[in-house]
Amino acid sequence: MNRTTVIPFGPQHPVLPEPLHIKFVVEDETVVQAVPQLGFVHRGLESLVRTKDFKQMVFVVERICGICSCIHANCYCNAIEDMLGVTAPPRAQFLRVIWSELHRVHSHLLWLGLFADAFGFESVFHQFWRIREHVMDICEATAGNRVILSVNVVGGVRRDLTPDQIRWMLEQLNELEKGVLDMSKTMLQDYTVQERTRGIGVLSKNDARLLGAAGPTLRGSGWACDERMRGYAAYKELNFVPVVEQDGDCYARSKVRFYETLHSLELIREALHRLPESELAVKLPGNPDGESVFRVEQPRGELFYYVRANGGKMLERMRVRTPTFANIPPLLHMLPGCKLPDIPVIVLSIDPCISCTER
Amino acid sequence: MYMLKNVLRNLSASPATRSYPVEDREPFPAYRGRIHNAVEACIFCSSCAKICPSGAIVVDARGGRWDYDPFLCVYCSACVEKCPTRCLKQECTHRTASVDKFVVSKRGTPPRAKKAREEGSKGQKAPAGQE
Repeated sequence: MNRTTVIPFGPQHPVLPEPLHIKFVVEDETVVQAVPQLGFVHRGLESLVRTKDFKQMVFVVERICGICSCIHANCYCNAIEDMLGVTAPPRAQFLRVIWSELHRVHSHLLWLGLFADAFGFESVFHQFWRIREHVMDICEATAGNRVILSVNVVGGVRRDLTPDQIRWMLEQLNELEKGVLDMSKTMLQDYTVQERTRGIGVLSKNDARLLGAAGPTLRGSGWACDERMRGYAAYKELNFVPVVEQDGDCYARSKVRFYETLHSLELIREALHRLPESELAVKLPGNPDGESVFRVEQPRGELFYYVRANGGKMLERMRVRTPTFANIPPLLHMLPGCKLPDIPVIVLSIDPCISCTER
Repeated sequence: MYMLKNVLRNLSASPATRSYPVEDREPFPAYRGRIHNAVEACIFCSSCAKICPSGAIVVDARGGRWDYDPFLCVYCSACVEKCPTRCLKQECTHRTASVDKFVVSKRGTPPRAKKAREEGSKGQKAPAGQE
């Protein structure tokens, strides 16, 4: 007798901030097979390159993702700058790092909250989101908006930081760090948290590489692979060290994100202290022509942009490869064999960003 | 167990949120809020309409009309930076909620066409801008 049942998960589910549908074939309480279905939020943003000029596209690519918008714009601008043969001024490179890292901090804090919500720890969820407001305030006060910063332009940045703002930011970052450190024992040592996350959704070091995992999912499995190690923007001048954990389970991935949050705060502080004096943007020599590829590190992993232009104002083609797309095969490998209540924890452990993936 | 201290502290502390709308936070001065056009200084050059990524601005240079759809606008402030006469300003307050959609339409006097100016210098009356 066939004892399997099919349970649909999503596209609307309390733990999912975005629509992802997975069909689970379960036998009693154990998952036997997971079949994903995507395509609920496809907006056709890539095709807009044919109707918007390459400078306007910065504002479009920012809207691919609501959590790491600044990093999308950073990657796109770098790709176009490579094609034009220009480099953003040093101050712009540092400012790009500061805003990118602020986005990483608020993305990781959001995730840590959602992750706590997934294993049923509501007070931790609210505490993380409360701490996160400091970053949102910094973004709003410096860039003019909480999420869609619109600070990057091709050739540099549009906004500058005044000494007063830097002082205020450092104060806010201290408050933020105090809040995050306050949560460290709960996230890293608490018995309940460990029971719900340790040994669940294990991705071995070899599987992580074979299945093409990216970002904290890859680093949680023991690979020191981070695009920031390449030293794009101002990362080459900052003391960046990738955070790596060996266990490959949900607990290891949450540890990677927790330590990355603290490391990002250090990077922001270092960049603020060493902010060089220069102009904010360079003049562009004309329209882009040719092909270009650029990779940056998003909070979820490696983000890849391919752009092709023919010397006109509009680009010919743009292709985006997002980290969640890379992390879905590892997710499908982790799910079979897990228990039904562990599904939300495992699905969230890759930090799925479906809007990014479907664009 | 480690969270218990935190929970008890939060229980006795005041709420993290404000009692909006009774208590409202002052906006940050750098916030990209509503866009305002001082139309008297506007030369209807269409720079703002050309740079706008969402197509929220339509300029009729001949008729001296500046139409702006606040519901299409993404508040990126590209138009404000591009404006050659600095007649476009961005305030630090956000637009309040509205039941109906509308377009902000402003009318002004467009600068005289070059040809009309030449004719005007010859003693003929130049065509005035439509109000």
